[in-house]
Amino acid sequence: MNFELFFYLLVFPGFLFTAILGLTVGWVDRKVSARFQYRVGPPFLQNFNDFFKLLGKETIVVKDSVKSMFVIAPFVSFAMLALVSTIIGTSLFFNISFGGDLIVIMYLLMIFSVMVVIGGSSTGNVYSSIGFGREIKLLLADELAFILVLLVPIIKSGYQINLENILTAQVNGMFINSASGIIAFIIGLLCIQAKMTLPPFQIPEAETEIVEGPFMEYSGPLLAFWKLNHFMMYVIFPFLLVLLFWGGFSFNGIDILWSVLKYLLIVVLMIIIKNTNPRVRIDTALSFFWKYATPLTLIAIVLAVFGY
Amino acid sequence: MDKNVIPVGPYHPLLEEAEYFTLQVDGETVVDIDLEIGWMHRGHEFMSESKTFTQSLYLVERICGICSTSHPIAAVHAMEDVDNIEIPLRARYIRTLVGELERIHSHLLWLGLAGHFIGYDTLWMWAWKYREPVLQMFEIISGNRNHYGMMRIGGVARDVDPSKISKLMDIMDEIEKKIEMIAKAANDDPVLKSRLKGVGVLTKKDAIDFCAVGPTARASGVPIDVRKDEPRDAYDLVDFNIIVTENGDVFDKTVVRLLEIFESIKICKQCLEKLKTVNGGIRNNVKEISAGEGIGRYEAPRGEVFHYVRTDGTNRPVRHKVRAPSYVNIPTFKASCKGIPLADALITLAAVDPCYCCTERSIKIIDKNNESRKIDLLKLSREKTEQIRREMK
Repeated sequence: MNFELFFYLLVFPGFLFTAILGLTVGWVDRKVSARFQYRVGPPFLQNFNDFFKLLGKETIVVKDSVKSMFVIAPFVSFAMLALVSTIIGTSLFFNISFGGDLIVIMYLLMIFSVMVVIGGSSTGNVYSSIGFGREIKLLLADELAFILVLLVPIIKSGYQINLENILTAQVNGMFINSASGIIAFIIGLLCIQAKMTLPPFQIPEAETEIVEGPFMEYSGPLLAFWKLNHFMMYVIFPFLLVLLFWGGFSFNGIDILWSVLKYLLIVVLMIIIKNTNPRVRIDTALSFFWKYATPLTLIAIVLAVFGY
Repeated sequence: MDKNVIPVGPYHPLLEEAEYFTLQVDGETVVDIDLEIGWMHRGHEFMSESKTFTQSLYLVERICGICSTSHPIAAVHAMEDVDNIEIPLRARYIRTLVGELERIHSHLLWLGLAGHFIGYDTLWMWAWKYREPVLQMFEIISGNRNHYGMMRIGGVARDVDPSKISKLMDIMDEIEKKIEMIAKAANDDPVLKSRLKGVGVLTKKDAIDFCAVGPTARASGVPIDVRKDEPRDAYDLVDFNIIVTENGDVFDKTVVRLLEIFESIKICKQCLEKLKTVNGGIRNNVKEISAGEGIGRYEAPRGEVFHYVRTDGTNRPVRHKVRAPSYVNIPTFKASCKGIPLADALITLAAVDPCYCCTERSIKIIDKNNESRKIDLLKLSREKTEQIRREMK
């Protein structure tokens, strides 16, 4: 075990970097949403304050809940996300990756949803149980489309499942410049919206229907970690899209600005989609992903195979 | 078949007020719905009987914070009905102006809330932003943004300053433009349409059977509107249409309310135009009200509000009965919420624009065996709390 590995995992680009950037971008999200809605929005440090305040609050564990599951779910999913961010980050910033790491990312991201299901189901609350049922349905809806989206850069890079090789394949031309790339990018953006349970796919958490669903019984530090998980995804998913379709980041001179703009553009696109759509029903979401998104991605794959 | 019960209430983000619905669901489909009212102790009718007529107008204004001029209008109608008191022409226009402004602000408020309930917070904030000029108009007219205190027996309390009318007209034009924009945006949004079309249908037959009133009934094709059916104030002097649609779903309820805003703007503009030329007093001096009975009806934003007053020649009502529109609209959930997904049922609950504090009544319980013995509500409440506490241990 060497020191470098711990540095990657715990400081940069793993846990600490992702958490701080995530909370900051979470502020961007709240601020831009607020400006959309003619509000002022929270101050810069609001997300940090919220997080640390929640850490100091009492944790109430429901009497009838499965306590081990209830407590373990936010931390396991947090560990998963830290790991994913490390894998994506090291290949983006240090060109370090290992064979088949894209598949590992797929698995780890799915485990996050499974943890939401486990955490929600452990309480026995009626709203939570509806919420985790919806989470499963949403996972069924978006997972196939998401995996197919990830297949497009694999095909375009000459069947490489290694993140670093996908990056090097984009040196001569970013995948988003091709027909298949742009289709996959757009569908990927919508899948991310579903994976992050943002509107229009905020179905499992629907505040005015089932009162935050799976997270309803969480309080104190456990809730703080769920919130942190949510904000960390604001880093992970845009980074993944940049890596797979937009040629990664570059840090030579003016390119730094271009890299930051790429990332912010994806985040702002997510915020725009979030703020201009109502929450759809779960059956609408299912039919959207199965009837439209998945066939479209299949078309993109066929295009990618033929080199478009 | 397993059936779960989803409690919506007594405290739930969907409801701004305390109300309790139990939804029996099979999976995510609502099989049956049950409603329990009585979570707020009001006692307005009883309090009104201990106040003078003018004081009780201020009291009924506080039955509801949103339709806070519909109740006073219905109450003055009832009190004037006892002696057939006529009011000056200028006062009639002012009453109609205030009533219609309230309809605009109430419908915009509902539109915003409906947006929030389906997770569309941008629509919520925009609708409420454009509601703000209406409140400014209220401030110019009555001095208050809410609870205007404009109604008096025999007229209105304050005159509309003629020098302010052009400014009010300007604000009205501005509101109309903004609402046209928001109505177009809401109408053209395909996601919104797919979310609300065909959801929570209340058929015409059900609307009639449940005696639904207001936009709830009009969206189901029942052309019922007190403003046309029994016009008082200036409603027979101004030109407007009642909006009726046929489908009875949540989308139609939205459309009816949005189009009604435009009709209200039309009425307000006509009233303001007339107020420039119509002169005269704003209030007939009413010294006393003789013994008798009076009925007052007014089309509140949510439907017909009904006040009944019985007097005995003194300066206070002997009986003051209030029936708010939500009282008949809330039971329509029994017809419109069955057999639809949970997500649809919850927006249907909000779509009749229920106002629970209007509906709630304080209950007086009398012992069946010994009719003279009244059971104290406070005591009952304490006993129940004790019982719950014992069960929790």
